[in-house]
Amino acid sequence: MKVLITGIAGAHAQLVALRLVDGGHEVLGIDVRAWQGAPRGVTIFQTDVRKRPAADVFRVHRPDVVIHMATVTHFNASAEQRYRVNLRGTQAVFRYCEEFGVKRAVFVGRHTIYGAAADAPLYRNESEPPLAVSTFPELADLVAADLYASRALWSCKNMCTAVLRIVYALGPSGRGTLASFLAGPRVPMALGFDPLFHVMHEDDAAKAIVLAAESEIAGVFNVAGPPPVPLSVLCRATHRSALHLPEPFLPRALGRFGLPKLPPGAIAHLKHPVVVDNSAFIEATGFEYSHDEHATMSSFRDANTLREDRGL
Amino acid sequence: MSDTLPRYMWRRAISPEVRDRIDRLELPFNRWGLDPYGISKDHLGLFLTVLGQAHKHYFRVRAHGVENVPAKGAAMLVSNHSGGLPTDGGMILASIFFDRDPPRLAHGMVEKFAQSMPFMGPWFSRVGQLPGLPEHAKRLLLDGRLLMVFPEGARGTGKLYRDRYQLVRFGTGFMRIALETGVPIVPIAFIGGEEAIPTIYHAKGLAKLLNAPYVPITPYVMPVPLPVQCEVHYGEPMKFEGTGNEPDDVINGYVAQVKERVEDLIAVGRGSRSRGLADLAEDLVEDLGPVWDGADS
Repeated sequence: MKVLITGIAGAHAQLVALRLVDGGHEVLGIDVRAWQGAPRGVTIFQTDVRKRPAADVFRVHRPDVVIHMATVTHFNASAEQRYRVNLRGTQAVFRYCEEFGVKRAVFVGRHTIYGAAADAPLYRNESEPPLAVSTFPELADLVAADLYASRALWSCKNMCTAVLRIVYALGPSGRGTLASFLAGPRVPMALGFDPLFHVMHEDDAAKAIVLAAESEIAGVFNVAGPPPVPLSVLCRATHRSALHLPEPFLPRALGRFGLPKLPPGAIAHLKHPVVVDNSAFIEATGFEYSHDEHATMSSFRDANTLREDRGL
Repeated sequence: MSDTLPRYMWRRAISPEVRDRIDRLELPFNRWGLDPYGISKDHLGLFLTVLGQAHKHYFRVRAHGVENVPAKGAAMLVSNHSGGLPTDGGMILASIFFDRDPPRLAHGMVEKFAQSMPFMGPWFSRVGQLPGLPEHAKRLLLDGRLLMVFPEGARGTGKLYRDRYQLVRFGTGFMRIALETGVPIVPIAFIGGEEAIPTIYHAKGLAKLLNAPYVPITPYVMPVPLPVQCEVHYGEPMKFEGTGNEPDDVINGYVAQVKERVEDLIAVGRGSRSRGLADLAEDLVEDLGPVWDGADS
């Protein structure tokens, strides 16, 4: 099977590529960044998914499956850049998929689009509305990308589309949204709140994505591993110091005192949980996670300690 | 996982009986002492240690028919609601944990406003009391848990003392969920809650300020529960057949049957409690008899 991965230079996308190569698949990748030391069996095209050379990759190589992972989740990028990459990029990729006869498309989205709110159910299933569009306006581009990808379910009749909403992936790579949040010496917590965080090991996330690409599932699926843990436990298990701040002080403190810089909308995620029900994905694919919550947090902590010891 | 001093002291504060009973709960705790709903063994331990003191020594709760609560599997516990503050919820939860063998944890449905309050919201969640949403009720029941429901809602706890033990309108949502999930309903009467916090007035302005449904005012102003003796009467499980999609008149008929059963249990409970209090007074008279005799002579 010929599989094209967009955003292949990302740490989690690399894990997906390695798994596919191990599984005997031919892997192509598109990214504006280089992947130094890409293994044999992976062909990289260094370009932007929205540009003509990317269309040429589809036209010439005719991939059977496309895994779209070229999304920006960190907030160091400007809103405009996020919109360009996340929404316009997704739009371009699905257009090429339709135009060049791709048989299967997997969109790798985030569970955070469900948004954190006091009156939301603890476990969200796929029919829950994406509240983040109002509770976390800075995520609007990801919500739009998710909904745009979902559109392919009815508009691209000849293609099998799976939209995955994956919980936070954490692991030795130290990359990803949650890893960035936990990277600094201190982790902000809203005083009087301790939300559940839904975390899975990055290897399990890669396994789930590959499983979706190999099976013929179509639809929107939440993807998760072990049960969620409170943020305080996450801090303890990863040896981070939690700094409990009253909510009114949080917006001013974020980005200072060794705390990560977060947009105002993220504060709701420090108060209320975003946890997903992944039973539909398990039923469709038989997915089983290999790393429990303890192993997941420990793997991140151990690799992080090693990096800090080496001054990286 | 080494303990810090506060965590060590926290764990020391948990009574050995509570610790032992928590270990016997059927909940799937992981190595961090957490279950998939975020219920924490440590929080539950401290909460039930405090609740246990209130159950045994402050409200001196007596349970009747606790064997009607199934030892395993899902059930919906449906009770009258009273007392300004949810004393009844806490004491029913404690009764099922302390009076029943093996112990079980009852999950209550908390007013949604509590979830947005610092400290209060997370504490409720850590001890298995989730916001009152149909999604939570269904999920807990499908997971084989015990769900505690007060169909009178805030209308019940908001009752004034003069209306004590008069059931107000029962909501119907609980019946549709029970039918949809196919679980039995255990009717319950809680006796004593009305006297524990005798509400004579609602401070509506203060309630609006706190974003709470009401703030009860008692003859002694503060809504602090009085140490009155309480009783919990558990009725035999009731099973209704259906899908939950029946027309309102069918559902209302089922709800009326549950309400009637709760009313019967309240009548039985009030009688039993009066006799219990009379026995208690008689014992006191017997104990104090010689002193009074001496005073008279």
